[in-house]
Amino acid sequence: MADTKISIKDVRYAAALAKIAVSEDEAVTLQSELDAIIGYVKQLDALETNGITPTYQVTGLSNVMRDDKVIEYGVSQAALLQNAPQSQDNQIKVPKVL
Amino acid sequence: MKTTIATLLADLGSGRTTAVKLVEEALRHLEEVQAAYNVSISTARERALEQARQVDEDRAAGKPLGLLAGVPFMAKDNFLTFGTTTTAAAKILEGFNAPYQSTAIERLEAQGAIMIAKANLDAFAHGSSTENSYYGPTKNPVDAARVPGGSSGGSAAAVALDIVPFALGTDTGGSIRQPASFTGTVGIKPTYGLVSRYGVVAMASSTDTIGVLTNTIDDAAVVINIIAGPDERDSTTLDQRSASYMPADNTLGKLKIGLVKEYMSDDVQPEVRQAILNRAGQLRNLGHTVEEVSIPSVATALAIYYIAVPAEISSNLSRYDGIKYGLSASEAASLDEVYGLSRDQGFMAENKRRILIGTYVLSSGYYDAYYRKAQIARTMLINEFKKTFEQYDMLLGPVSPTTAFKLGENTDDPLKMYLADIMTVAASLSGLPAFSLPSGADSQNLPIGLQIIGKQRDDALLFAVAKQLEEAE
Repeated sequence: MADTKISIKDVRYAAALAKIAVSEDEAVTLQSELDAIIGYVKQLDALETNGITPTYQVTGLSNVMRDDKVIEYGVSQAALLQNAPQSQDNQIKVPKVL
Repeated sequence: MKTTIATLLADLGSGRTTAVKLVEEALRHLEEVQAAYNVSISTARERALEQARQVDEDRAAGKPLGLLAGVPFMAKDNFLTFGTTTTAAAKILEGFNAPYQSTAIERLEAQGAIMIAKANLDAFAHGSSTENSYYGPTKNPVDAARVPGGSSGGSAAAVALDIVPFALGTDTGGSIRQPASFTGTVGIKPTYGLVSRYGVVAMASSTDTIGVLTNTIDDAAVVINIIAGPDERDSTTLDQRSASYMPADNTLGKLKIGLVKEYMSDDVQPEVRQAILNRAGQLRNLGHTVEEVSIPSVATALAIYYIAVPAEISSNLSRYDGIKYGLSASEAASLDEVYGLSRDQGFMAENKRRILIGTYVLSSGYYDAYYRKAQIARTMLINEFKKTFEQYDMLLGPVSPTTAFKLGENTDDPLKMYLADIMTVAASLSGLPAFSLPSGADSQNLPIGLQIIGKQRDDALLFAVAKQLEEAE
């Protein structure tokens, strides 16, 4: 990994995964910026990390459970739909998928 | 002297003013300074005045009043609120009307506090200067040619300008502490999980923390007292909170305090270093022990942060798809184009950078090398803090290596901008409470912030020490 350089191809690949239609110009700028950032964070390569487990949650909580019952949050369907760019018959409308 | 919650409550109680007058005055003040400082994105005038009238009526009728009845405040525009839009300063959320309110806002409103306006921020809280806002940068009230810090720059400016006695902010890697430091205000990032994040636009869920900016320690403690505590709508909230965060309710013994050596290097502006040493001297005069302590892992914190946080951002921001709410590219002909074009048009450059870094470090073939490696390094950092806190009650250092930088100074170099967070991210990654306390100024009169960092859940202790330091200034 030591010689990893971010290429335009990497930027395009990440952008496709992230569903962002970046332009050609943007991809060029992003390539150098991402390369600098990834270059910086790669300093972690030097750490000796054998046998140490990763941390994803810092306060020790896990599997916080509650009763399996509906809690009324007071949010109406109409209030949610009024923010949708397109809706029809009380549903969010999307372009044809199939 | 800046206005405090206590003075406002006294004036309301004695009849010298009314809630309606306070709300009108705050909105007028905001309007006066808006062109010069760009503090706010929108106001909630009608709803605020309606609430104020209700408070005044209740007071006149002798009804029981909340702890903050009639006190105006502002919220960073990533808190979902009624009365105006919630945009997170992002184009993709332009015109978004929140269908519900965040828990923090609900708890404050239940005590009679009145949200008058939404404060500017870096879009989606991605930034350290409030220059990444779709609504333009906020200017520093101390020097309008400089940034107020970020991402809670609008909240900091609102408090520094004395528009409101408190403003809510969010801190994921320093976004409350650094603007507090740059504007000479008090900035409180509580323990991770102390305050519910329900109804706050998510950035990085493993470090996102709700807090407050104020001019005094007591005001900050009053607000945290109201908003802290478990919430069934946010399963990451801690089950326990302290009985009171008010300094007056907590007696403070003699503490052993560590001055973090890695935060006092030659890279730090000399006047900032001197201000921190002065504060260490004050703490010694108060009878505490202060000695230098080395925490080598903090040097890795920024690298960990800029892997772990973009990874979480890439996941959290996947919800902005041009379908459910927010901007939707009108020219899109297919579902894929709705996603791609809406996200390209709706995100700022910094949002895209972080999403793409996050996507990259999580992608097949790189996950172990970057994401997993960072989370292991995070364990090492947390372990080192734990070991340090076996010997020390609290830690000290600067909030930022410099005082406020100039607008545009770091915008061409994202990595340089990230370095502004170098002293704040370690506490974030470890879930530790960390406060920024105004601590003098440099030769150009730019404010300097002292950072105090405590053990998880030691927020009340930090408030007590902060009060001592406030009195020592």
